[in-house]
Amino acid sequence: MKAVVTVIGKDKKGIIAKVSNILFENDVNILDISQTIMQDMFTMIMLVELESKSATLKHIVDMLEEAEKELGLSIHVQREEIFTSMHRI
Amino acid sequence: MINPFEIIETIKMIDEENLDIRTITMGISLKSCAGPDIDTVCEKIYDKITTYAKDLVKTGEDIEAQFGIPIINKRISVTPVATLVDALDNPTVEKCVKIAKTLDKAAKTTGVNFIGGYSALVHKDYTNGERVLIESIPEALASTDLVCSSVNVGSTRAGINMNAVKEMGQIIKKAAELTKDTQGFACAKLVVFCNAVEDNPFMAGAFLGEGEGECVINVGVSGPGVVKCALETVKGEDFGVVAETIKKTAFKITRMGQLVAQEASKRLGVPFGIVDLSLAPTPAVGDSVAYILEEMGLEKCGTHGTTAALALLNDAVKKGGVMASGYVGGLSGAFIPVSEDAGMIDAAKVGALTLEKLEAMTCVCSVGLDMIVIPGDTTAETISAIIADEAAIGMVNTKTTAVRIIPAPGKKEGDIVEFGGLLGTGPVMPVKPYSSAEFIERGGRIPAPLQSLKN
Repeated sequence: MKAVVTVIGKDKKGIIAKVSNILFENDVNILDISQTIMQDMFTMIMLVELESKSATLKHIVDMLEEAEKELGLSIHVQREEIFTSMHRI
Repeated sequence: MINPFEIIETIKMIDEENLDIRTITMGISLKSCAGPDIDTVCEKIYDKITTYAKDLVKTGEDIEAQFGIPIINKRISVTPVATLVDALDNPTVEKCVKIAKTLDKAAKTTGVNFIGGYSALVHKDYTNGERVLIESIPEALASTDLVCSSVNVGSTRAGINMNAVKEMGQIIKKAAELTKDTQGFACAKLVVFCNAVEDNPFMAGAFLGEGEGECVINVGVSGPGVVKCALETVKGEDFGVVAETIKKTAFKITRMGQLVAQEASKRLGVPFGIVDLSLAPTPAVGDSVAYILEEMGLEKCGTHGTTAALALLNDAVKKGGVMASGYVGGLSGAFIPVSEDAGMIDAAKVGALTLEKLEAMTCVCSVGLDMIVIPGDTTAETISAIIADEAAIGMVNTKTTAVRIIPAPGKKEGDIVEFGGLLGTGPVMPVKPYSSAEFIERGGRIPAPLQSLKN
């Protein structure tokens, strides 16, 4: 299952390290990563793949929620289909 | 990979503009539960609902978590209960209320927000069971929490059953009286329809129609806030641009509904029915249909131009949404429930939005006079006459219209009634002081209208 991890907030050191480390610990493979400043906000978007040995999406969401609080950012994890269905015919 | 701007757009719609799936509604046929003995019937109803819908709420929550899209309500609609009452030995009001309580219990067990289908379709005439069921509505709604009821009193093909219209005025008054502690809350769970649809996922009017199957998943989308925000980007542009912007937004919103509907259908192993393309407001600021109309350039919703603005909105939502879903159905249009829409509440409070204007608005949108609070001393005949007017609009224009009106006991014009939650806050709106009693007293049927010679 593919999911999109979106991190939005004020830029600071260690955001990518923290998020990718959580993904690594949960056996989640990062397929693509892009980072940009959009409307003065740091925006990082990762396309990740959850494999059979990966932790559940729910567990990953919980883990990233902790990071969200710690870093003062907004982090979303959503299955890829929500974006493809909305923006692709 | 999807463009980052598109990803951010979706997230912004959900986080800031109140995009949500309003409801996943599971339709369950109760035809197999019919029988002469009330206890057996109730047992069968409870077992069937709690079996079919046992995973409904959990599935909804799972989809919500995995896709990051809020799903506000999970609901159940059932076969019009009058069908079961007709099969009973000696149907009585007590037996009907027992069925209502069974539905309520089953809804609570499954954890859904509402269960609809305590209904009767009497647009031409009553059967014995339908007569008893309608009589039982006030008590059934007053003694349950989650049961919703609807009665269809007219249709384009059958005309309007004015005996039923007359009776529904009395039923609404009685329902308000029985729940006077909660300002007539029972009336918020009761809809009187003309041209009721069989696959509506929205409450209080949802039921599973005669032509439906054993079990089905219907989904209702929402998103007035998203449309309003999209229109903010085209300030001052002409109506072609406005319509185009609404269509694009409606397309995106509906795609969410389609995705959720398919996913729910797959996970529950239940066929997907329809996506209802409605713009359903909530009392949350920024989730209002009235604000969309005001964004088009009206100072207050209800002023001159409101009907035209709503006509454009309603049509553009449908045009955008139709291509986004394989099967569109239900009510599909913009809803204008006064107490559930922050902008309408404001407009009604300052007198910009009146019952007459709302009636005109219902000619061009779904669904009808919805969640309108009127003075507690309004007579049953006046309520019946309001229903008759609205049914006539539906009958002549071949569209669904409905009346969900609350004569709040002890309240008068200018008072405010709090219902809480999604049902919101209703300012008490004035009705005409002149009598319609002799008109309603006539009874009988208004014949079906001509469908040709349209000029």
